[in-house]
Amino acid sequence: MVDSETEREALLAAISNVADRLTEEREYLTDLDSAIGDADHGANMDRGFEAALDRAESTDGDAAEMIKTVGTALVSAVGGASGPLYGGSIMSASAELEEGITPETTVAFAEAYLEKVRDRGDAPVGAKTMVDALVPAVHTYKKSIEADDLPPLEALRKAVDAAERGVEFTVPLRAKKGRASYLGWRSVGHQDPGATSTLLILEELLQTTEQYVDSEADGDSDARDATAPAEPAIDPDDAETENGDAVDGEGE
Amino acid sequence: MRKLINDPDEYVDEMLQGMVAAYPERTRRLEDTEILVRADAPIEGKVGVVSGGGSGHEPTHAGYLGPGMLDGAAAGEVFTSPTADQLSELLTACEGGAGVLAVVKNYEGDVMNFETAAEMAGMEREDLEVAQVVVDDDVAVEDSLYTSGRRGVCGTVFVHKVAGAAARRGDDLEEVQRVAQNVVENVGTMGMALTSCVTPAKGEPTFDLDEDEIELGIGIHGEPGTERIEAMSADRVAEHLTEAVLEDVDPAEGAEVATIVNGMGGTPLSELFMVNRRVQELLADRGFDTWNGRVGEYMTSLDMRGCSVTVLELDEETKELLAAPAETPALTVTD
Repeated sequence: MVDSETEREALLAAISNVADRLTEEREYLTDLDSAIGDADHGANMDRGFEAALDRAESTDGDAAEMIKTVGTALVSAVGGASGPLYGGSIMSASAELEEGITPETTVAFAEAYLEKVRDRGDAPVGAKTMVDALVPAVHTYKKSIEADDLPPLEALRKAVDAAERGVEFTVPLRAKKGRASYLGWRSVGHQDPGATSTLLILEELLQTTEQYVDSEADGDSDARDATAPAEPAIDPDDAETENGDAVDGEGE
Repeated sequence: MRKLINDPDEYVDEMLQGMVAAYPERTRRLEDTEILVRADAPIEGKVGVVSGGGSGHEPTHAGYLGPGMLDGAAAGEVFTSPTADQLSELLTACEGGAGVLAVVKNYEGDVMNFETAAEMAGMEREDLEVAQVVVDDDVAVEDSLYTSGRRGVCGTVFVHKVAGAAARRGDDLEEVQRVAQNVVENVGTMGMALTSCVTPAKGEPTFDLDEDEIELGIGIHGEPGTERIEAMSADRVAEHLTEAVLEDVDPAEGAEVATIVNGMGGTPLSELFMVNRRVQELLADRGFDTWNGRVGEYMTSLDMRGCSVTVLELDEETKELLAAPAETPALTVTD
């Protein structure tokens, strides 16, 4: 296990990277939402993660506590349906991280998050919503960890790829849930803003994970390169695992 | 388009300040929130009845605060759901030991924020019992498992009245929810617009209508309707709306009904009365008996010109609850 200070630093870096990215992409998300919604997704997500970063920085708790804080901040700052969908789901899934951040708990977190989003939004795959990016991402992550026994960083890479395909898949769909559904066929041909913001968040989690894994590797390259996967690798590998998963879990 | 406002960003806050100033004995504002509650909330031993939603529909919801109707109301930004943390405070503030019924209009944001709010309130207070009814009376929107479903509009006022009366007479939470749900299942509304509304943030109409056009099947957020047709007389509009609602509600032969001819915010009362004239003629022709027909502004859409017609099929119990006394700024019923 990584010590809690490193865990905290990695989590804050991830939240901060997500916040920065959503600020950068604010106009992009707004444009997507203007086409089929009410043109506020960019501003709402940007404001939400600013608030999340702010509150997470002033929290002393463990990973579960920090992630819960992120959820609560999103609930109060994002508004509309996205507040409960992103924030409420993070809030309730955060309980899965009480045992710390491990491959198992992050898979559990991702699944709990997905279940809550689906439960709350009642959207099947193919309804042109965030679920279209989330389902492939979570399933790919779980399969990569549990069935394929991949390192968490690799699993996260595959999850991001899956989410990206999911986002592309929303373009030709007719919206059946969310505000875009009122447009019926006129929603066809537009990329879903919620699926897109989900992908942006996942991309930043991956980015953060890579940074942390690299820095671990730099600091301890011998251990990484020279050892067999079994024993000496535990330190750096675990570190990756922790950071990668923490990040993955939290952002989704 | 000119508006009588100071700063669009302060729209809701300043409106709420003004509402409390208008009814200082009856309402109070929870500190640092956009929530108004009855001055004497929570009422010990009574089921709390609360509602909330975006602003711009005044007197909905805070106008219905008072004995016999709502205990608390949360105001979101204009046409935007209140956030779940605020709704959670609303639930807690109106809990008097007998649980709280949330009356929610069927919009995804409202529904999800109320659900999340119930969870948040439950984390703080495990003994807090929350039930909800979701009002979806707008007959213009296609109702399907695969869409977001029908919208909640003016029929919500009947739900507030009936739930509030049941809570006041001492019914338990389950019972209050049952009578409210019974209204939801027997009420229908259809609206039309002569003009779009203008939101304070945007400052221009959300849709454009030519002089000779009207929009049928509008919602209460300036969203376009289901059909755009050539302008017609008050009588033809009344017929259009009433027929559509009756087809959906489908009251039993000779049924008693309660009706609301509701102004959307920018319609003269004289015109609403004119519409009501034809609505009541039509109902009588069909053999329905209007027990109570209200005319006025109950669920508005900012400054939109237009109206909606709501019909509720009555049973004895619902009638009794509608007739029970209520003392609120926007609706008063006396013995």
